[in-house]
Amino acid sequence: MDLIETKRPSQSLEAVVIRFVGDSGDGMQLTGTQFSDTSAMFGNDIATFPNYPAEIRAPQGSLYGVSGYQVHIGSVEISTPGDEVDLLVAMNPAGLKTNLHSVKPGHTIIVDTDSFTKKNLEKAQYETNPLEDGSLANYRVIEVEMTTLTREALKDIDGLDNKSMTRTKNMFALGMVYWMYNRSPEHTIEFFKNKFKARPEIVEANTKVLNTGFYFAETLELIPNAYTVSPAKMQPGTYRIIMGNRATAWGFLAAAEKSGMELFLGSYPITPASDILHELVKHGHFGVKSLQAEDEIAGISSAIGASFAGDLAITTTSGPGLALKGEALGLAMMIELPLVVVNVQRGGPSTGLPTKTEQSDLLQAMYGRNGESPVIVIAASTPANCFDYAYHAAKLTLEHMTPVLLLTDGYIANGSAPWKIRTVDEMPDIKNHVFKSNGEEWHPYDRDPDTLARRWPIPGTPGMEHRVGGLEKDKVTGNVSYVPENHEYMTKVRAEKIKRVQNFIPEITPEFAEEGDLLVVGWGGTYGSLHSAVKHMYEEGYEGIGYTHFNYLNPLPKNTEEVLKRFKKIVVCELNNGQFAKVLRMHFDGHDLVQFNKIQGLPFGNGELMEKFKQLLK
Amino acid sequence: MEATVDKKYTFRDFESDQEVRWCPGCDDYVILRSMQKALPEMGVNKEDVVFISGIGCSSRFPYYMDTFGMHGIHGRAPAIATGVKLANNDLSVWVITGDGDSMAIGGNHFIHVLRRNVDLNIVLFNNEIYGLTKGQFSPTSLVGQKTKSSPYGNTQPPFSPGELAIGAQARFFARIGGNTPKEMSQIFIECNKFKGTSLVEVLQNCPIFNNGAFDEFTDRKVRADRQLFVEHGKPMIFGKERDKGLVLNGLKLEVVTIGENGITEGDILVHDAEEKDPTLHQMLVRLSYPMVTGIIRRVSDKPFEERENEQREKVKANSKFKKTKDLFFAGDVYEVT
Repeated sequence: MDLIETKRPSQSLEAVVIRFVGDSGDGMQLTGTQFSDTSAMFGNDIATFPNYPAEIRAPQGSLYGVSGYQVHIGSVEISTPGDEVDLLVAMNPAGLKTNLHSVKPGHTIIVDTDSFTKKNLEKAQYETNPLEDGSLANYRVIEVEMTTLTREALKDIDGLDNKSMTRTKNMFALGMVYWMYNRSPEHTIEFFKNKFKARPEIVEANTKVLNTGFYFAETLELIPNAYTVSPAKMQPGTYRIIMGNRATAWGFLAAAEKSGMELFLGSYPITPASDILHELVKHGHFGVKSLQAEDEIAGISSAIGASFAGDLAITTTSGPGLALKGEALGLAMMIELPLVVVNVQRGGPSTGLPTKTEQSDLLQAMYGRNGESPVIVIAASTPANCFDYAYHAAKLTLEHMTPVLLLTDGYIANGSAPWKIRTVDEMPDIKNHVFKSNGEEWHPYDRDPDTLARRWPIPGTPGMEHRVGGLEKDKVTGNVSYVPENHEYMTKVRAEKIKRVQNFIPEITPEFAEEGDLLVVGWGGTYGSLHSAVKHMYEEGYEGIGYTHFNYLNPLPKNTEEVLKRFKKIVVCELNNGQFAKVLRMHFDGHDLVQFNKIQGLPFGNGELMEKFKQLLK
Repeated sequence: MEATVDKKYTFRDFESDQEVRWCPGCDDYVILRSMQKALPEMGVNKEDVVFISGIGCSSRFPYYMDTFGMHGIHGRAPAIATGVKLANNDLSVWVITGDGDSMAIGGNHFIHVLRRNVDLNIVLFNNEIYGLTKGQFSPTSLVGQKTKSSPYGNTQPPFSPGELAIGAQARFFARIGGNTPKEMSQIFIECNKFKGTSLVEVLQNCPIFNNGAFDEFTDRKVRADRQLFVEHGKPMIFGKERDKGLVLNGLKLEVVTIGENGITEGDILVHDAEEKDPTLHQMLVRLSYPMVTGIIRRVSDKPFEERENEQREKVKANSKFKKTKDLFFAGDVYEVT
């Protein structure tokens, strides 16, 4: 996409953070997505963060009904959606009120003045109008009668009622922002053309308002210059913008194709995991079988049945759903069948904060079942690498014949980032243990000497008839066994099987300092925040600070303790009350291990992390 | 299912090497043997047969069958079996469950599998008691029934499995006494033939915790007089003398005697198991005298997996995506050089 031809003065920036906020019906998610997609296609690195309320349409104008979408674009590597914003677009007073604290002093706020009515100000609990009372003196406020201008622009288009007209005002805002950052509206116009093929009046209206906003900004003297964020230096290749949940779904599609197996999904809708279901149900053309089940338990149970019958079976959920799946997951572990359970973590406990992010299901994932029932636990760490970890979850479960729990979280699941497209040819091979005897004696619990994986004889194969079940089984035949020594043996074999996965997963390699004073430890979806904070400090000249990130949580990588030993102090940073820190303490004694925890339903901010690390380095 | 059968089997081919561990005198033995005898008649290959069970006395069943089998978790067998069937449509999939397993802890899966009409066969061992946990009342126990957990009498009104199932849109419902193995085998064969979910309620006597619960209808001495074994297209006549029958009186079923009050055989209702309207089937299910057995409802309807397959094939035929690569590179992609 080309730069817009312009002779205006333009200021070059390395990176910029923009946040669009408004009512949950104002189309802020669409506006933000369009801006980030356009920027990505221009060549910027990007990271995005949608932040929306649990209510579908919260009462208009209310503080808790504010929906926001933040996008961070850069000519440099971008690993987080950013903390403080350079530009806030506030479609109403409630949006301004709830987001003002994030705007860098001296930076820009665009507001739709038409929405600053007495009623809306009251709903936002403003006693005086912030546009008039001087409280925004530290910011550059651009006041625009967006609703009026939008309606004016649309007055000649037939077939639009007032409501539809007003609804396009988000495009006015987007048009302005496109102009400010030297972006062409072309991509968004194409988007509307494709999306509303059958409704030309909608396409026309949105195009018109988008262009009106764009030209309005151009003629407006309030914006002195435009900004340029040049393309980022990224690895050459073909890219697309991908959301974490879609990347997860696609990772499984790739694994199914590579392994030559059919993919089965049993799932029950739950925020923020449902998008994986929405994505996979589209792909019947790849032979995907998907069942929206009657509940979480049926979701996993149907997947267990499909796995027994020879499919690559998965189930997707979030925290409370994982609790419901616990017993069935224990069964899958006991009968040693392949199964991937995806838990897109959200704020807990109980119903918790469904639309907010958290990492508080780690211990549930590791230990949330009755009896001794270890499973493999892995975690993705960026929206794009959800693809890789979904793929590896499938690979591990098929090769080790035991369930894998894949943890992502609301932050990376809903966040989007550029993904350098991977094809199945580039991915590692996937073996499986599907078994057919050639007449030799066999038993369902004969094991592979390296992995301890059992054989997988599937129904429909002559001579392979056998029974499995949740009762303890004889170590060879799989028949029910109450023999005390057998139970102990089987318990230990199941544990050893998980432990041996260590031989098949990568070791950790600390970045920045390889040894020294402070090791920053993270796992899962916090990679972007932690990496960028340590990087900043490193660039500021701090030496002796290293960073290591865990994607494999059970078992832990083989060299974990060796790496921990290289640092005087270790800080484990998590969006929970210290669950991974507990795990590390349990496994490894004698380290000076401190915690940095945040439990606000929000990701770590760069500032708070750096402050903590600096304090620890004193 | 219509498989080409390579081998001739006898019931012995379906016996596993595991010692059967039910209590002596339990009807479960009858059900097991009836199944082992029915299977060779079904025209299915042994390797295509899968038994999935939940938890309870009945659910040990798969261990005793030399087929594929899974002893699952409490109440979830219909969901597990749904996954098996969706993964491989060619299998003959059986769910073995009890009254507690299917209607208490597994009630949700039970109604939804019936609603979807997955091509599964469900054998419900109804003994109106919890056996494996040693004698608590179940969702089919009678009001007033004294059990370990209702020492002064059960205060929870029971489900009638057939009524619940038909309410959940069951297309096939049969009921059979636990002491009539020949008829039971015949019904199992019919279940296998039926495309969609078939449900058989077996009135299964538990000799330990609820002995004689069904004697009133199933005891050999009274059976002919108290039980009506219905057959599609035949008049609903019962009795040792074959002189009793059912007629409709207003909105109620009534038992009449042929030869009395001018009633002739021609007046007796003819059983229509294939009527879509479930009203009469529900009335037959609810009747306590006579206890109606046999195939009460058998209404053909497209099974769930067929609907799914048809849709998937259509999607496949119209899709431009043949490999994941086609999908990954479609739409808004861009080059970085």
